[in-house]
Amino acid sequence: MSQTAAVSAARGPVDPTRPEPGLGAYNLKLGMWVFLLSEVMFFTSLIGAYIILRFAHPEHFAAPGEVLNVPLTAANTFVLICSSVTMVKAFAAIARDDQKGLQLWLVATIILGSTFVGVQVYEYIHLFRDGFVPNAAAYTAGGGPLYGSTFYLMTGFHGLHVSIGVGCLIWVLIQAIRGRYSSSHLGGVEVMGLYWHFVDLVWIVLFTIVYLI
Amino acid sequence: MQNGEQSHQPYMLIWGILAFLMLAKVGVSLVGMPQWMSISFLVLISLVSALLVALYYMHLRSEPKKLWILAAVPFPLVIILILLVIQDFG
Repeated sequence: MSQTAAVSAARGPVDPTRPEPGLGAYNLKLGMWVFLLSEVMFFTSLIGAYIILRFAHPEHFAAPGEVLNVPLTAANTFVLICSSVTMVKAFAAIARDDQKGLQLWLVATIILGSTFVGVQVYEYIHLFRDGFVPNAAAYTAGGGPLYGSTFYLMTGFHGLHVSIGVGCLIWVLIQAIRGRYSSSHLGGVEVMGLYWHFVDLVWIVLFTIVYLI
Repeated sequence: MQNGEQSHQPYMLIWGILAFLMLAKVGVSLVGMPQWMSISFLVLISLVSALLVALYYMHLRSEPKKLWILAAVPFPLVIILILLVIQDFG
Protein backbone atom coordinates (compact mmCIF):
# COMPACT_ATOMS: atom_id res chain seq x y z
CA MET A 1 0.00 0.00 0.00
CA SER A 2 1.39 3.39 -0.95
CA GLN A 3 1.78 6.12 1.66
CA THR A 4 -1.07 8.20 0.17
CA ALA A 5 -3.40 5.21 0.13
CA ALA A 6 -2.47 4.39 3.72
CA VAL A 7 -3.24 7.96 4.86
CA SER A 8 -6.58 7.87 3.00
CA ALA A 9 -7.47 4.52 4.58
CA ALA A 10 -6.65 5.87 8.03
CA ARG A 11 -8.85 8.95 7.50
CA GLY A 12 -11.83 6.87 6.39
CA PRO A 13 -14.25 7.63 3.54
CA VAL A 14 -14.15 11.19 2.19
CA ASP A 15 -17.33 13.20 2.75
CA PRO A 16 -17.46 15.89 0.02
CA THR A 17 -20.00 17.90 2.02
CA ARG A 18 -17.99 17.93 5.28
CA PRO A 19 -16.91 21.49 6.14
CA GLU A 20 -13.20 22.05 5.87
CA PRO A 21 -11.81 23.52 9.11
CA GLY A 22 -9.63 26.10 7.38
CA LEU A 23 -11.96 27.70 4.88
CA GLY A 24 -15.30 26.88 6.45
CA ALA A 25 -16.76 25.60 3.18
CA TYR A 26 -17.21 21.93 2.34
CA ASN A 27 -15.13 20.47 -0.47
CA LEU A 28 -17.95 20.20 -3.00
CA LYS A 29 -18.81 23.88 -2.64
CA LEU A 30 -15.15 24.91 -2.62
CA GLY A 31 -14.61 22.95 -5.85
CA MET A 32 -17.58 24.65 -7.49
CA TRP A 33 -16.33 28.10 -6.46
CA VAL A 34 -12.88 27.40 -7.92
CA PHE A 35 -14.52 26.17 -11.14
CA LEU A 36 -16.71 29.29 -11.32
CA LEU A 37 -13.69 31.53 -10.83
CA SER A 38 -12.04 29.85 -13.81
CA GLU A 39 -15.28 30.55 -15.70
CA VAL A 40 -14.98 34.24 -14.77
CA MET A 41 -11.63 34.29 -16.57
CA PHE A 42 -13.09 32.42 -19.54
CA PHE A 43 -15.96 34.86 -20.06
CA THR A 44 -13.71 37.85 -19.33
CA SER A 45 -11.43 36.79 -22.18
CA LEU A 46 -14.45 36.68 -24.52
CA ILE A 47 -15.75 40.03 -23.29
CA GLY A 48 -12.26 41.56 -23.53
CA ALA A 49 -11.92 40.37 -27.13
CA TYR A 50 -15.38 41.78 -27.92
CA ILE A 51 -14.56 45.19 -26.38
CA ILE A 52 -11.32 45.59 -28.30
CA LEU A 53 -12.93 44.53 -31.60
CA ARG A 54 -16.00 46.68 -30.96
CA PHE A 55 -14.07 49.88 -30.31
CA ALA A 56 -11.20 49.24 -32.74
CA HIS A 57 -13.60 48.47 -35.63
CA PRO A 58 -16.88 50.32 -34.92
CA GLU A 59 -17.86 50.05 -38.60
CA HIS A 60 -18.34 46.30 -38.13
CA PHE A 61 -20.99 46.72 -35.44
CA ALA A 62 -24.58 47.93 -35.75
CA ALA A 63 -26.30 50.19 -33.23
CA PRO A 64 -28.37 48.49 -30.49
CA GLY A 65 -31.68 47.22 -31.85
CA GLU A 66 -30.77 47.58 -35.55
CA VAL A 67 -30.00 43.88 -36.00
CA LEU A 68 -30.74 42.23 -32.67
CA ASN A 69 -34.19 41.94 -31.12
CA VAL A 70 -33.75 43.82 -27.82
CA PRO A 71 -37.36 43.49 -26.48
CA LEU A 72 -37.36 39.72 -27.07
CA THR A 73 -33.98 39.28 -25.37
CA ALA A 74 -34.97 41.57 -22.50
CA ALA A 75 -37.98 39.30 -21.92
CA ASN A 76 -35.66 36.30 -22.12
CA THR A 77 -33.34 37.91 -19.58
CA PHE A 78 -36.34 38.28 -17.28
CA VAL A 79 -37.03 34.54 -17.74
CA LEU A 80 -33.46 33.75 -16.63
CA ILE A 81 -33.74 36.08 -13.62
CA CYS A 82 -36.98 34.26 -12.67
CA SER A 83 -35.16 30.91 -12.98
CA SER A 84 -32.60 32.14 -10.45
CA VAL A 85 -35.42 32.82 -7.99
CA THR A 86 -36.93 29.36 -8.50
CA MET A 87 -33.49 27.78 -8.05
CA VAL A 88 -32.84 29.59 -4.79
CA LYS A 89 -36.38 28.64 -3.67
CA ALA A 90 -35.51 24.99 -4.37
CA PHE A 91 -32.48 25.33 -2.10
CA ALA A 92 -34.55 27.04 0.60
CA ALA A 93 -37.13 24.23 0.35
CA ILE A 94 -34.63 21.41 0.93
CA ALA A 95 -33.04 23.38 3.78
CA ARG A 96 -36.50 23.06 5.44
CA ASP A 97 -36.64 19.36 4.45
CA ASP A 98 -39.51 20.20 2.10
CA GLN A 99 -39.04 17.45 -0.52
CA LYS A 100 -42.14 18.38 -2.55
CA GLY A 101 -41.10 22.02 -2.63
CA LEU A 102 -37.62 21.08 -3.81
CA GLN A 103 -39.02 19.03 -6.68
CA LEU A 104 -41.57 21.68 -7.72
CA TRP A 105 -39.04 24.53 -7.72
CA LEU A 106 -36.51 22.38 -9.62
CA VAL A 107 -39.16 21.61 -12.28
CA ALA A 108 -39.93 25.34 -12.52
CA THR A 109 -36.21 26.11 -12.96
CA ILE A 110 -35.87 23.45 -15.66
CA ILE A 111 -38.89 24.86 -17.54
CA LEU A 112 -37.57 28.43 -17.32
CA GLY A 113 -34.04 27.39 -18.32
CA SER A 114 -35.37 25.42 -21.28
CA THR A 115 -37.52 28.42 -22.26
CA PHE A 116 -34.42 30.62 -22.27
CA VAL A 117 -32.56 28.21 -24.56
CA GLY A 118 -35.65 27.82 -26.76
CA VAL A 119 -36.01 31.58 -27.22
CA GLN A 120 -32.29 31.83 -28.01
CA VAL A 121 -32.66 29.15 -30.71
CA TYR A 122 -35.73 31.00 -32.07
CA GLU A 123 -33.68 34.21 -32.16
CA TYR A 124 -30.81 32.45 -33.99
CA ILE A 125 -33.22 31.00 -36.59
CA HIS A 126 -34.67 34.45 -37.33
CA LEU A 127 -31.22 36.07 -37.46
CA PHE A 128 -30.00 33.38 -39.87
CA ARG A 129 -33.09 33.93 -42.07
CA ASP A 130 -32.27 37.65 -42.12
CA GLY A 131 -28.73 36.85 -43.28
CA PHE A 132 -27.07 37.53 -39.92
CA VAL A 133 -24.74 34.50 -40.05
CA PRO A 134 -21.39 34.26 -38.21
CA ASN A 135 -19.07 34.84 -41.15
CA ALA A 136 -20.86 37.01 -43.71
CA ALA A 137 -18.82 39.74 -45.42
CA ALA A 138 -21.46 42.36 -44.57
CA TYR A 139 -25.00 42.46 -43.26
CA THR A 140 -27.88 44.29 -44.90
CA ALA A 141 -29.09 45.63 -41.53
CA GLY A 142 -25.63 47.00 -40.74
CA GLY A 143 -22.29 45.74 -39.44
CA GLY A 144 -19.53 43.51 -40.74
CA PRO A 145 -18.21 39.98 -40.14
CA LEU A 146 -16.77 40.75 -36.67
CA TYR A 147 -20.27 41.49 -35.42
CA GLY A 148 -21.67 38.07 -36.30
CA SER A 149 -18.56 36.19 -35.14
CA THR A 150 -18.41 37.82 -31.72
CA PHE A 151 -22.19 37.73 -31.20
CA TYR A 152 -22.52 34.01 -31.88
CA LEU A 153 -19.32 33.17 -29.96
CA MET A 154 -20.41 34.93 -26.78
CA THR A 155 -24.11 34.09 -26.79
CA GLY A 156 -23.39 30.57 -28.08
CA PHE A 157 -21.00 29.76 -25.25
CA HIS A 158 -23.46 31.15 -22.74
CA GLY A 159 -26.30 29.16 -24.30
CA LEU A 160 -24.11 26.05 -24.06
CA HIS A 161 -23.60 26.73 -20.35
CA VAL A 162 -27.37 27.12 -19.84
CA SER A 163 -28.03 23.89 -21.77
CA ILE A 164 -25.49 21.99 -19.66
CA GLY A 165 -27.10 23.55 -16.59
CA VAL A 166 -30.55 22.31 -17.64
CA GLY A 167 -29.10 18.81 -18.11
CA CYS A 168 -27.54 18.93 -14.62
CA LEU A 169 -30.81 20.25 -13.17
CA ILE A 170 -32.65 17.24 -14.61
CA TRP A 171 -30.06 15.00 -12.93
CA VAL A 172 -30.54 16.83 -9.60
CA LEU A 173 -34.33 16.50 -10.01
CA ILE A 174 -34.00 12.73 -10.52
CA GLN A 175 -31.86 12.53 -7.38
CA ALA A 176 -34.46 14.65 -5.53
CA ILE A 177 -37.28 12.31 -6.60
CA ARG A 178 -35.20 9.40 -5.28
CA GLY A 179 -35.00 11.23 -1.94
CA ARG A 180 -31.23 11.72 -1.99
CA TYR A 181 -31.35 15.22 -0.47
CA SER A 182 -32.28 16.45 2.99
CA SER A 183 -31.58 19.46 5.19
CA SER A 184 -28.39 17.74 6.35
CA HIS A 185 -27.39 16.57 2.86
CA LEU A 186 -28.07 19.40 0.44
CA GLY A 187 -24.63 19.94 -1.09
CA GLY A 188 -25.75 18.77 -4.55
CA VAL A 189 -28.59 21.30 -4.65
CA GLU A 190 -26.42 24.12 -3.34
CA VAL A 191 -23.57 23.68 -5.85
CA MET A 192 -26.12 23.30 -8.67
CA GLY A 193 -27.59 26.59 -7.50
CA LEU A 194 -24.16 28.24 -7.48
CA TYR A 195 -23.61 27.22 -11.12
CA TRP A 196 -27.09 28.32 -12.16
CA HIS A 197 -26.84 31.74 -10.50
CA PHE A 198 -23.41 32.23 -12.08
CA VAL A 199 -24.91 31.57 -15.52
CA ASP A 200 -27.59 34.18 -14.72
CA LEU A 201 -24.94 36.63 -13.52
CA VAL A 202 -22.90 36.21 -16.72
CA TRP A 203 -26.00 36.80 -18.86
CA ILE A 204 -26.79 40.04 -17.00
CA VAL A 205 -23.36 41.31 -18.12
CA LEU A 206 -23.48 39.81 -21.64
CA PHE A 207 -26.96 41.19 -22.33
CA THR A 208 -25.70 44.68 -21.50
CA ILE A 209 -22.52 44.45 -23.56
CA VAL A 210 -23.85 42.63 -26.61
CA TYR A 211 -27.39 43.99 -26.89
CA LEU A 212 -27.47 47.41 -25.25
CA ILE A 213 -24.08 49.05 -25.84
CA MET B 1 -24.56 29.14 4.53
CA GLN B 2 -26.20 27.72 7.63
CA ASN B 3 -29.44 25.76 7.20
CA GLY B 4 -32.47 27.65 8.44
CA GLU B 5 -31.16 31.06 7.33
CA GLN B 6 -32.92 30.75 3.98
CA SER B 7 -36.35 31.79 5.27
CA HIS B 8 -34.88 35.17 6.27
CA GLN B 9 -33.39 35.86 2.85
CA PRO B 10 -35.09 38.60 0.79
CA TYR B 11 -35.21 36.51 -2.39
CA MET B 12 -38.36 38.07 -3.85
CA LEU B 13 -37.19 41.60 -3.06
CA ILE B 14 -33.91 40.94 -4.89
CA TRP B 15 -35.89 39.45 -7.79
CA GLY B 16 -37.95 42.67 -7.99
CA ILE B 17 -34.81 44.83 -7.87
CA LEU B 18 -33.12 42.72 -10.59
CA ALA B 19 -36.22 43.00 -12.82
CA PHE B 20 -36.33 46.77 -12.25
CA LEU B 21 -32.60 47.13 -13.00
CA MET B 22 -33.05 45.11 -16.20
CA LEU B 23 -35.82 47.49 -17.33
CA ALA B 24 -33.66 50.45 -16.30
CA LYS B 25 -30.85 49.17 -18.55
CA VAL B 26 -33.19 48.90 -21.54
CA GLY B 27 -34.49 52.40 -20.74
CA VAL B 28 -30.97 53.87 -20.55
CA SER B 29 -30.08 52.29 -23.91
CA LEU B 30 -33.18 53.86 -25.53
CA VAL B 31 -32.73 57.36 -24.09
CA GLY B 32 -30.54 59.50 -26.33
CA MET B 33 -27.69 60.44 -24.02
CA PRO B 34 -23.96 60.76 -24.82
CA GLN B 35 -22.37 57.36 -25.42
CA TRP B 36 -19.88 57.60 -22.55
CA MET B 37 -22.70 58.40 -20.14
CA SER B 38 -24.96 55.63 -21.38
CA ILE B 39 -22.09 53.08 -21.22
CA SER B 40 -21.20 54.24 -17.69
CA PHE B 41 -24.80 53.83 -16.50
CA LEU B 42 -25.19 50.43 -18.19
CA VAL B 43 -21.93 49.07 -16.74
CA LEU B 44 -22.80 50.40 -13.28
CA ILE B 45 -26.32 48.88 -13.34
CA SER B 46 -24.90 45.55 -14.57
CA LEU B 47 -22.28 45.47 -11.82
CA VAL B 48 -24.92 46.20 -9.16
CA SER B 49 -27.17 43.44 -10.58
CA ALA B 50 -24.27 40.96 -10.69
CA LEU B 51 -23.30 41.87 -7.12
CA LEU B 52 -26.88 41.31 -5.90
CA VAL B 53 -26.95 37.84 -7.51
CA ALA B 54 -23.59 36.92 -5.95
CA LEU B 55 -24.42 38.28 -2.50
CA TYR B 56 -27.99 37.05 -2.10
CA TYR B 57 -28.62 34.16 -4.52
CA MET B 58 -25.12 32.66 -4.32
CA HIS B 59 -25.21 33.43 -0.57
CA LEU B 60 -21.77 35.02 -0.63
CA ARG B 61 -23.08 37.48 1.97
CA SER B 62 -23.32 34.75 4.61
CA GLU B 63 -20.23 32.80 3.59
CA PRO B 64 -16.97 32.88 5.62
CA LYS B 65 -14.68 35.80 4.82
CA LYS B 66 -12.02 33.39 3.56
CA LEU B 67 -14.37 32.36 0.77
CA TRP B 68 -14.78 36.04 -0.13
CA ILE B 69 -11.01 36.25 -0.57
CA LEU B 70 -11.11 33.18 -2.80
CA ALA B 71 -13.98 34.68 -4.83
CA ALA B 72 -12.01 37.91 -5.24
CA VAL B 73 -8.95 36.15 -6.71
CA PRO B 74 -9.84 36.48 -10.42
CA PHE B 75 -10.77 40.17 -10.27
CA PRO B 76 -7.20 41.55 -10.09
CA LEU B 77 -6.49 39.24 -13.05
CA VAL B 78 -9.55 40.61 -14.85
CA ILE B 79 -8.31 44.18 -14.27
CA ILE B 80 -4.85 43.24 -15.61
CA LEU B 81 -6.45 41.62 -18.65
CA ILE B 82 -8.59 44.69 -19.36
CA LEU B 83 -5.62 47.04 -18.88
CA LEU B 84 -3.61 44.95 -21.34
CA VAL B 85 -6.46 45.03 -23.83
CA ILE B 86 -6.78 48.82 -23.52
CA GLN B 87 -3.09 49.15 -24.55
CA ASP B 88 -4.14 48.14 -28.07
CA PHE B 89 -6.05 51.41 -28.42
CA GLY B 90 -2.98 53.47 -27.55
